[in-house]
Amino acid sequence: MKAYNLTHLKELESEAIYVMREVASQFENPVLLFSGGKDSIVCAHIARKAFYPASIPFPLMHVDTGHNFPETIEFRDKFIEKIGANLIVASVQDSIDQGRVTEEKGYNASRNGLQTVTLLDAIEEHKFDAAIGGARRDEEKARAKERFFSHRDEFGQWDPKNQRPELWNIFNGLKNFGENFRVFPISNWTEMDVWQYILAEGIELPPLYFAHKRDIFVRDGVIMSESEFIEQKEEEKTITKVVRFRTIGDMTCTGAVESDADTLEKIIEEVAATRTTERGTRSDDKRSEAAMEDRKKQGYF
Amino acid sequence: MSETNSYLDMELLRFSTAGSVDDGKSTLIGRLLYDSKSIFEDQYEAIEQSSKKKGEEHVNLALLTDGLRSEREQGITIDVAYRYFATPKRKFIIADTPGHIQYTRNMVTGASTSNLSIILIDARKGISEQTYRHTFIASLLGIPHVVFCINKMDLVDYDEAVFERIKKETEAFASKLDVKDVHFIPISALKGDNVVNRSENMSWYKGSTLLYLLETIHIGSDHNHIDCRFPVQYVVRPQKKEFHDYRGYAGRIAGGVFKPGDKVIALPSGFTSSVKSIDTFDGPVDEAFAPMSVTLTLEDEIDISRGDMIVRENNQPINSQDLDVMICWLNAKPLQVRGKYALKHTSSDARCVIKDVQYKMDINTLHRNEEDREIKMNDIGRISIRTTKPIFFDSYKKNRVTGSLILIDESTNETVGAGMIIG
Repeated sequence: MKAYNLTHLKELESEAIYVMREVASQFENPVLLFSGGKDSIVCAHIARKAFYPASIPFPLMHVDTGHNFPETIEFRDKFIEKIGANLIVASVQDSIDQGRVTEEKGYNASRNGLQTVTLLDAIEEHKFDAAIGGARRDEEKARAKERFFSHRDEFGQWDPKNQRPELWNIFNGLKNFGENFRVFPISNWTEMDVWQYILAEGIELPPLYFAHKRDIFVRDGVIMSESEFIEQKEEEKTITKVVRFRTIGDMTCTGAVESDADTLEKIIEEVAATRTTERGTRSDDKRSEAAMEDRKKQGYF
Repeated sequence: MSETNSYLDMELLRFSTAGSVDDGKSTLIGRLLYDSKSIFEDQYEAIEQSSKKKGEEHVNLALLTDGLRSEREQGITIDVAYRYFATPKRKFIIADTPGHIQYTRNMVTGASTSNLSIILIDARKGISEQTYRHTFIASLLGIPHVVFCINKMDLVDYDEAVFERIKKETEAFASKLDVKDVHFIPISALKGDNVVNRSENMSWYKGSTLLYLLETIHIGSDHNHIDCRFPVQYVVRPQKKEFHDYRGYAGRIAGGVFKPGDKVIALPSGFTSSVKSIDTFDGPVDEAFAPMSVTLTLEDEIDISRGDMIVRENNQPINSQDLDVMICWLNAKPLQVRGKYALKHTSSDARCVIKDVQYKMDINTLHRNEEDREIKMNDIGRISIRTTKPIFFDSYKKNRVTGSLILIDESTNETVGAGMIIG
């Protein structure tokens, strides 16, 4: 008998497409969270595949901290135009202006934590009942226990000890009024899978992921990009280096790595040889051992 | 580029591990990750620090699998955690489940998507109640391959006789269960014998190491490629000029191989047609099999919606409103006989009433208890249900997708039962 085998990337893709279609079927008003980072780009790509030849039957939403890399925003706008999707921008600056949140002060000030309020407000305002995100279980300890369909109460909170069991591929998206779900179609992907998939599918990425010359400074061992959003200390001198980013978040909390990987193939070689996790470059995770778990409980992505 | 290409050719193996703290399950996973170089420096440094803080002599690899803060505090695993690693041959997803009796529901959850189960036996203690329990769950959940790892061989002087005795005893009871493909490996997770690297202490063992077995075991036949089943998940109707009359049925193939031209029947309507095309974003394909996500178009315009199933005319699933089900109860509130529940089966939603509990299974002795029939959290039993509408199913043994269902408490929306359909 002929061998009917899928490669692991095809199997992961098929699983993610299946999840996308479940979302479109089980929820009335889903949204795909789009940050302009590679994981959310892969999610958007999979959403296109899931509903082809129809368009993606839900909007994309960017929670904009106002501290993005300009390259991310430029890429976002081009990408949305290319795939013909609907984009909603939820702005942290608006939340600050409305007094919903207070900006952090000092050298390590970041708007990363403030995003949660903006995200939850936007979910409420648009009455979204499911928010699809590109989080992966391999990223971080607390995420290893996350479900594909992750239930959030009316305050957007995650209760890790009281999650619904998730068996086979039967997803339970039933909920009471005011509650919603976070859905993670690429839960089972690793960083390497994502890169391999990007290469195999010829997916375009923001140039930040590829090695380029940049003005940087070093803080607590992390290479940070010079930017108007960060106050540098006296001893934090700006230098120019060839770097690239493994993840893309806010300019205030996303560290770069020294690298000359300027093609996907080189990046994959580098990822294969790398001995630190990608979130190791994220200062937002370094605040405490359970930093991610705490933020997730409050409704962070 | 060669490394890149070989990576694109890899298969995916999902396996689950069950065992309690003392079995060395976390140590085994830590060992697999560490020896296969899947642990990152920052992760290793973090556990190195934690080990020192706790005054432990060696770096405790088990700490790698600690997830939530309450778990770290109590030193136990309370939920299924998923972990990932890859070798040049395969990519692996581990469903790491706690093994204590009160966590049967987690074991069942982890096992539900696995191709293979690793069951740990302490060489000093031999078979325990837990061994029965784990093996039973593996057989109940239809896991195609089971690997018994006789662990802590270092503590019995790597004695072949100990391994052989436990192997014989395990074979004796495993043969009574429906486990198809069984393997035995003597290991020491702590010292690394026969996990990734071949043991120098057990030259009498001629079989493969655990990792080699995981890399090479044949998983191509784990899906059903005989009985064609296509649960319709979503109807694709593009509101676009160029696809004006397009009507596609999107779903994930649950069994069999579909090809254009196949004569098919849509259930429950009973209308027949043939497959016009099997579409994907990357273009139409000549055939589709489980677990591919595709979109079927049919030659005739017939009314099909989510929850329907497209199958071959001459090979249809069972169609009934009365089902016998092995149920694993997942909720603190016990199963209510004559209670009504929401039911999800493939892409179909229904409601059902629990007619009867036939027996409760004592999962430690495999005894069928017909006296005490109260099904509480972590209990497994055989029940009869009646559904509000016909369900199109196969026995779980025949197909894990069309043979499984979940029950939902309609007042809380919680998933309360995991069901494997007998008939």
